[in-house]
Amino acid sequence: MILFGLRQKTKLAAKNMVRESLVQSATNMCFVALFAVLLVIAPPIFAAVDDAALMQKRPAKLLSAYGLFSNPQAQVPAEGVLPFAIKVPLFTDYAHKYRFVYMPKGLGAAYNPNEVFSFPLGTVLVKTFAYPADFRKPEENIRLIETRLLIHQSSGWNAWAYVWNEDQTDAVLKVAGKTIPVPWLDEAGIARSTDYVVPNKNQCKGCHTFNKEFSPIGPKARNLNYDYHYGNGDKNQLQQWVDAGYLHGLSDLAGVPKMPAIDDVSAPIGARSRAYLDVNCAHCHRVEGPASTSGLFLTYLETNPTTWGYNKRPVAAGRGSGGFTYDIAPGNPDESILIYRLNSVDPGIMMPELGRTMIHSEGVVLLREWISQLK
Amino acid sequence: MDIIGMFLRKTSGAKGKTMKRTFGKIWLVALVFCSAAVHAEGLLVRIDMSGDVQEALQEALILAEPGTVIEIGEGRFEFSGALSLDIPNVKVRGAGMDKTILSFTNQKSGSEGFLITSDNAWIEGLAIENTPGDGIKAKGVDTVTFKNVRVEWTRGPNSENGAYGLYPVESKNVLIDGAVVKGASDAGIYVGQSQQIIVRNSRAELNVAGIEIENSYYADVHDNITTHNTGGILIFDLPNLPQMGGHSVRVFNNKSISNDVANFAPPGNIVGTVPRGTGIMVMANRDVEVFSNEIGDNPTVNVLIATYPREFDDPNYNPFARNVYVHDNTYGKAGYEPDTLVAELVQPKTGLPIPDIVWDGAVDGIWAAFFGPDKDDAIYIDEKEGTSFANLDFVYDMIVPWDAEVDRDINSYKGAIDVRSAVQLPQDAAGDTVWTAAENQTGG
Repeated sequence: MILFGLRQKTKLAAKNMVRESLVQSATNMCFVALFAVLLVIAPPIFAAVDDAALMQKRPAKLLSAYGLFSNPQAQVPAEGVLPFAIKVPLFTDYAHKYRFVYMPKGLGAAYNPNEVFSFPLGTVLVKTFAYPADFRKPEENIRLIETRLLIHQSSGWNAWAYVWNEDQTDAVLKVAGKTIPVPWLDEAGIARSTDYVVPNKNQCKGCHTFNKEFSPIGPKARNLNYDYHYGNGDKNQLQQWVDAGYLHGLSDLAGVPKMPAIDDVSAPIGARSRAYLDVNCAHCHRVEGPASTSGLFLTYLETNPTTWGYNKRPVAAGRGSGGFTYDIAPGNPDESILIYRLNSVDPGIMMPELGRTMIHSEGVVLLREWISQLK
Repeated sequence: MDIIGMFLRKTSGAKGKTMKRTFGKIWLVALVFCSAAVHAEGLLVRIDMSGDVQEALQEALILAEPGTVIEIGEGRFEFSGALSLDIPNVKVRGAGMDKTILSFTNQKSGSEGFLITSDNAWIEGLAIENTPGDGIKAKGVDTVTFKNVRVEWTRGPNSENGAYGLYPVESKNVLIDGAVVKGASDAGIYVGQSQQIIVRNSRAELNVAGIEIENSYYADVHDNITTHNTGGILIFDLPNLPQMGGHSVRVFNNKSISNDVANFAPPGNIVGTVPRGTGIMVMANRDVEVFSNEIGDNPTVNVLIATYPREFDDPNYNPFARNVYVHDNTYGKAGYEPDTLVAELVQPKTGLPIPDIVWDGAVDGIWAAFFGPDKDDAIYIDEKEGTSFANLDFVYDMIVPWDAEVDRDINSYKGAIDVRSAVQLPQDAAGDTVWTAAENQTGG
């Protein structure tokens, strides 16, 4: 298999060069030749971010080639790489996540109140998935599993997953994905484990799609609009992005939308539930997303009750319906298809389709309570 | 192009050669042909069947260049996750629907066996078996072809089977030719929210719905065999969806016979309402022509023309069947053992057997209920002498129940709609050369 992979890549690289050389001048070909040599001998470098490496059509073999971290093992970012967090995260089998954003010098994203910011070419969104050995001590004995890069190239966004090696010194490109067994102790000290699934590129796009184009999902104003603990103190993340030149077009934080954390009991349960659905479901379940065919749209801003599932009948749910009539049967979580599908790990039933192999019990509890209160 | 093709054949045949030698060759060819034509398209990728086929195939699908043909050899291969294709102009070809078998019995992740999201995809000569979810789904694809593909749940009808076998949705230029689909717990061949569709020469058996065209425009369903399903061929439209108002569907030269399998769809799904033994059913569509089919041995009814049966909250949705033209079909016996809705609602009015063609008679508004629908909303039937028919006059019956009676006079429905020409698909036209370069490669 590996043999096939190498042969295949060699062939493709070869073919690309043939094609380029056909349309370019001899001078350009010399450049291509030089680049080919560099590609073969390029050593791992841990320094500043390598803009040129990020913009290559073909991904680097090793994560270190991009220079995104000054200390990869400790997930200390390189200069210009900004850590961030989101208020309501996507559930990924309880993995802990470290998020970073980088934009080339002098460039920033354009603010949008409701959708993902418009990021400039050369932007990379970095997300490392990790499991501390003991969730009660989340800063110790952390095992890095994979780092996903979402890179804004001239041809559009591109996604690659790098799987960390045993020594945790570097991560290696995995095009076709991988399954990795991971054990940990949860917050209650109970032993848990999962066969963690590293997605392949197409699976990334399974969620990261907006109007058929590859797109980031997470960095929306409503999910970033709160304080982050930076090295030099707490600060609103959007303000930090503005101050760092990473965000343009936002003058006043006062009007920026917010979402509540799902465990913030001071917030209304409806808002928390819709926030949960927004982050865990609405990247697909929206008219611009991969689940547009369902007619079930779960964005935070959706106002039509039938559209967000209230007494809405399924379309192509198959046995995912569980024999129930409505996506959300008000007052009746036990007969709501939405709960049935969140509460399953059967690939023919479960929702989301990708990104989890376990049930998110806390999410199910939240949505059950919300639906039981719906009239 | 041929010379480049020869070169590619040689490189791809460079099994065991060192990278250095391969690069050397490339430079040689690049220098020689730097002013040649640009068509270096085309690459035949043969999956190494001796190793991890799942990883090899998925990697090939991701790394494919437009114009690639990916060839899978004979054998049965187990997959634990879904396959996916997101590169345009790629053909995936097996050795035949009974020779190249991709088995998903132990699939752990993914809602379907194979997901296609890129334009001009062609899948040929392979089988997908026992997926926990759908078989092959094509979502948002312009031009997709399934040729001689089999999707099967091998244990037969079972509500735990996946919902759809072949499942193009929100797509256009859809060709399904020579397919075999068995055991789907919803529809074997399901085309949803799509446009420009041909389903032909295919066989759907032991599914809840054999072939279902839903919320779609311009579909030709012809020369298929649908047998031993719950319902043979369904032309449906549902509310609250991005694409509604299904229309312009022609169903002809099919055999929809002996659809006698009890409905095993999980409740909640619309096909769960289809009575066992329905030959052809048209619901909430307009401009539908059903002709020259052989329809028989269907215990509930041969042809059912109906309104969407459920409550809905969607001001843009039209639940009625209108401008439907049924003619020149051949009818075998039917209606001798009606099921569920037809047993409950139709049999008390018509007795047994249920007539060959039943229209519920639901029309839009009181005026239409009294005086018949407008010309463009009517139902037209032109069948051989002796074909039985009933208009149940449901709406009139609700307004003046003392006066309503079933209308069995088939001759008063004579007429025709403006028939349209056949659907033409780009992939059907001769001279599609996207894969010529790859097809000409024989080495490797």
